[in-house]
Formats: sequence, C-alpha cells, structure tokens
Amino acid sequence: MMRSVLSVILACVASIAGAADVNTAIIRVEYPQLAPISRFEEKTADLAFAGADLATQDNQTTGQFLGHDFKTIHVAAEPADVVSAAAELRAQGIEIIVASARADELLAIADAAQDALILNAGATDTALRGAECRANVLHLTPSDAMRADAIAQFSVWKKWTRWFLVRGSNPADIQLAEEYKRAAKKFGVNVVEEREILDTGGSRRADTGHVLVQKQIPVLVQNPKRHDVVIAADASDVFAPYLPFHLWEPRPVLGSAGLRPVSFNPATESWGGTQFQTRFEKLSGRYVTEADYDAWLALRAVGEAVVRTGSADPSDLRTFMLSDDFELAAFKGQPVTFRKWNGQMRQPILLYDGRINASVSPQEGFLHPVSPLDTLGADEPETDCKVFGE
Amino acid sequence: MRLLVLFFTFLLASVAHADRIFVSNERSNTVTVIDGSTWEVLTEFPAGLRPRGITVSPDGSKLYVCASDDNLVRVFDTSSYEELFTLPSGPDPELFVLEPNGRRLYIANEDDNLVTVVDTQTKEVLAEVPVGVEPEGMAISPNARIVVNTSETTNMAHFIDTETNTIKYNMLVDQRPRYAEYTSDGTRLFVTAEIGGTVSVFDVDGDGAPTEVGKISFQVAGVQPEWLQPVGAKVTSDGQWLFVALGPSNRVAVVDAKTLEVEKYILVGERVWQLAFTPGEEYLLTTNGNTNDITVIDVASQEAVRSIPVGQQPWGVIVAPGIN
Repeated sequence: MMRSVLSVILACVASIAGAADVNTAIIRVEYPQLAPISRFEEKTADLAFAGADLATQDNQTTGQFLGHDFKTIHVAAEPADVVSAAAELRAQGIEIIVASARADELLAIADAAQDALILNAGATDTALRGAECRANVLHLTPSDAMRADAIAQFSVWKKWTRWFLVRGSNPADIQLAEEYKRAAKKFGVNVVEEREILDTGGSRRADTGHVLVQKQIPVLVQNPKRHDVVIAADASDVFAPYLPFHLWEPRPVLGSAGLRPVSFNPATESWGGTQFQTRFEKLSGRYVTEADYDAWLALRAVGEAVVRTGSADPSDLRTFMLSDDFELAAFKGQPVTFRKWNGQMRQPILLYDGRINASVSPQEGFLHPVSPLDTLGADEPETDCKVFGE
Repeated sequence: MRLLVLFFTFLLASVAHADRIFVSNERSNTVTVIDGSTWEVLTEFPAGLRPRGITVSPDGSKLYVCASDDNLVRVFDTSSYEELFTLPSGPDPELFVLEPNGRRLYIANEDDNLVTVVDTQTKEVLAEVPVGVEPEGMAISPNARIVVNTSETTNMAHFIDTETNTIKYNMLVDQRPRYAEYTSDGTRLFVTAEIGGTVSVFDVDGDGAPTEVGKISFQVAGVQPEWLQPVGAKVTSDGQWLFVALGPSNRVAVVDAKTLEVEKYILVGERVWQLAFTPGEEYLLTTNGNTNDITVIDVASQEAVRSIPVGQQPWGVIVAPGIN
C-alpha cells in the first residue's frame, strides 16, 4: 500500500516536475598494459565510451517526451591524473560520473568528488563493496564475489564438486583465487588442490609461443589430485586461455577461461538482447564489450531515475536508485535493482564460453528469502560495508 | 433426421470455409494454418524472414505478416496462401495494428524508434512518427482516432493522434512494456510490462486522454515472481475478462477487467507469447514459443482444452473468420 502511494506521488512528481538538464561524464582510465592474450580483445579507441553514448542516446530519446536533456562527456585519463580530471568535471558542474577504472583510481575519483554520484563500471574487487565501500559510489559491474558464486552454483548444479584451482602469481590472481575458495566453501565445493603458475613475464603470443606453451603448461599442472573441473584464477590474463587444451588430465575449465562469468557479451540475444546488440553495433561499428555494457547500465540507471523522479540532483537520484521503487530492464530477463547495503546492482551473471551463454546464474534451486539474485555475492548480513545505513 | 442435419452441416462446412487460424513461426520463417473447426493443421507456408506480428484484413481475405528480417510486411491471400504483394514497413517491423476499416497499417519499427504509417491500398508510407526506444506494442482505439505504441526501453505508452500523426500523450508504465489492448468500447486501455511484471490500466475519455486507474500484478505459489512476465493480452468484447500471457511462467492469467482482480491462472505451453480469440470468442489461442505449439483455451470454462503443434518458435496468432 505504502509503495503504491509512493508510486503515485512519484508519478505526479514526474509529470509536474520541470525539464531536467542531466550532465554526466565518463572517465576511462588508460592503464599501461601488455597486448591482450588474444587479438580479438584489442582495446578499441571508443571502449566504454560507446556504451555510455548508447545509454545517453537511449535516455535522450526517452527524455524528449518529458523535456529532459541528457549529455555525456568523455574523459580519457592517465592513472596519475584521475583526481585532477574529477576536479575539472566538478568545476564544470558535472555531478554524475561513470568510472571505467580499477579499484585504486575508482577510490581516488570517489574521494576527490564526494558530493558527486560515482558509478563503478569496471572495478570488480569485492572489497569496494565491503570494507572499502564509499557512500557516493554505486557499482554496476558485478563483483568478483558475485562472479565466483555464479561459477560455483553452476558447478554444484552439475555436481562437479571437486575443484583443481590453478592461479597466477600476481596479487590480483591470488585475490581472485581467494574468491573462488570462499565461493567453494559457501556452496559446499571441495578445492582438492591449488597450484600456482608463475608469471615470469615471458612472451605470451610470440611467433613460437605456442611451442613453449604446449610443453610447459601440461608439466605445470601434471598429476593433480582427482578432480571434476579446473578453476582458473588468472586476473592478469597470462595463462588461463591456454589451459583448456593443455591440461595434463582433460577436464572442463571454468573461471578466467573456458566458461567465464560475465556481465554481458555480444552473443546475448534473449530477453530483447538482439535489439540492444543491433543498436550498439549500429552506433559503434563493432561488438559490445563488458566495459561498454557496464557503462550503458550505469547511465541507463541514471536515466531511469531521472525519468521517474524528474530530478537531476545526484542525491535525489541516489536515494531513488536505492529505493524499492527503482527497477530497470537490462536485457537479462528480470529487473535489475540496487542492494541497499552496499550499492551493488543485483543482476544475473552470464556464463559464457566465447560463443554462447552456456548458462545463467543464479541456478535453479539456490533459494533466498528476498531474491535469488542475492545468492550471488555478499548478502546483507555478511557485508562489511558500513556507510549505506537506511 | 439427425444424420441428415449432420450431413448438411458437413456439406456446408466443406463448401464454405471454416475459421482459419494463422500462426507466425519466428524461427522456421513460416506461417502455420489450422482449421478452426477440426483443429487440424492444414499447411505451413514460407512467410519471409523472422515473421512475428500477424493480422487479417476486416473482410478476412488478406493476411498481413511482419517479416522482421526482410524489413517489410508480406501480404498473403488467406485462401490460396499466395503472396499478393509486400508493403514497406521501415526497418525491423515487429508488431502492427490495422485500422478497423482496413486502410492504414501502423507498424512498430523496433530498431529505429519509429512508428511507420502505411496505406495498404496505395502501398505508400504516409508518415513516420518518432517514438521511444524499441517500440513494440500497438493498439488502435475503436474510433480509430488514437494509436497507442509502447516503447520497451523508454517504458512509455505513446498516444498518437491519427489525424496529425503526432504524439498527443505519453504515459510512463513499468519496465519493458510489450503490448497494448483497448476494450471494444474504447474506454479502457491495458498495457503489459514484461520485466515490470505488471499491467497498467488506463481509463480513456472521449478525446482519447488516458488516466491511470490501476495496476495489475501477478502471483503464483511456487513460481518465482520474475518469471511472471506479462506479454500478450486480450479482453473479451463485453469488457469482462482480460487474458494476459505470462511468458516463461507458462501461464495465462484470467483477470476481471472491471475489478482488476486476477481470478485464475491457466497452465499452457512454455514461453506463452501472444493471444487471439476465435471470432465468436468461444476459444482463446496462445502461441507457446518454447514448446512450438498453440494452446486452445475454452473461454467460458477458462480451461485449456487442447494443444496443437506448429512451426518453430510460434510468435503471433490471428484467426480469419470463416464464410458460412
């Protein structure tokens, strides 16, 4: 009853509120990095920006009927320059910023623009939704915890409950491996063995790289304990794609290679996805990436909140987005919403083999008193985030 | 005597046409034809790439099919199943609505945020009306003065004045509005929202201006609420019963269209999509996209009475009345 009264009030507000000018920006942080392991994954010049542009176009088409005007500025910044970039946007009066960045730069932007609404469209670190959470940050991209839980649920559904965990040697790989170990415990999976593949900085895709790979990787993973599947934890993108065909014992690979947990991909056509893909490809002339989808989702969530509240004030928008009245269709078959306790968007996770979605988590049978989507990632009683009081 | 009557009935039926049911099969690129009295599949004929929206002319002689991936509307003879001509539709036509007099066709162009208005006689595009993102649902008021279009990503129902071909009113509805349906007297409009899980109900005044009067939601014990996705909808001509296809929950809801209470859920095939009444409203037909069949619901008893296999991924359904 209360909810429907509130809806009516909000509907009135929407119809009487004046036109809103919604000025937003996307900061994409340019990291020095090696070429990707596959040239299919070369970064494009409009990475993430194209997703933001599509959302702004979608918002503008909707906004024209209500007199709202949506604009988005692109900023490509070096890691060292993110604070000044954020300050400059604030000086221009921009109070809504999408960050396509890693954890350190996301936090730098959030802390430099505390009165702005920051939308995380890139950093998957679970800590950003826990002990390191910020009240002015909402997270669109699924956390590593949600992704690991999505894999674990599928694995349990398949009754593949003995994992051989193969991880890289960099801190991000070790952190990702911890996520898988936590997920294994949560869903009753046994990690029978864990092994490290040392990142020696060698060439991944030199002319004769495959010769070495073919000889080295089987040796590194030989004679493992009896297991059902291999879980690859390779956040650094060094070795995982080679695992499926270079294991000592043939087993399915999940995680950083084989079946991967992703927010979106160009193959998704269910739930109206075809229309999204067509619009994106027409705009950008290429296939969508996770970075684009996450940026799209961020600005579409803003657009939906503007349309329903008639406000462009970041604080009003944040309040509405965290309320029960917010929901958004995101081409995932059910409405996506935000968790009130840490600002993470609840959403299904696609399990993608590079060509098709082999499955979508949460899996059938994993129940939850509020939403099956809350079986993925840190739930309310478990959260370390203290700054999102209701 | 009884035998004789039966004999004559049979004779009449074979000379005249029974009602014929046409089902568009999105994935097999065909239309299935079913005899409306024997429920037998008569034939399945090619209907262009990705046929979805489907309707018949008021005299029952022409079948219109949105061939979405051909970017046009194909028009077939309902007796010979021959293709008569095509109509320009704008890109990716998904659903359309025909003016009650059969003259103008209003087509939702899902990829281009447009409603295209086509003259079915001159075969010319009369107008393109810019609407919201991913236009889909189409309805026309019985007096033909207002066309309603729903846009799936904008989450609005747009009320288009058919004299000026401009938008007169916009109403926000819940996430992913799929379908719009007027009562036969034009005083009430229902808009389904697939992802929102609701049906918005509007009362419509003499000028076609809408006022939201309620919202219908759905609940089935043992079914996750996110599977209750309202898609197609049909209301009986007496304005009493609203039937709502609930997509992946494999159910059709029966709603009292006056009190807006849900009275019943009828189990049908998987991923139930669009609905159509037989001409006397004795039966309601549902397309079931994942089980590749249609379910026949007896309207009076509100029971599913049979299912009929059709092509791959049936999308839309329409009935051409028989000639008696």
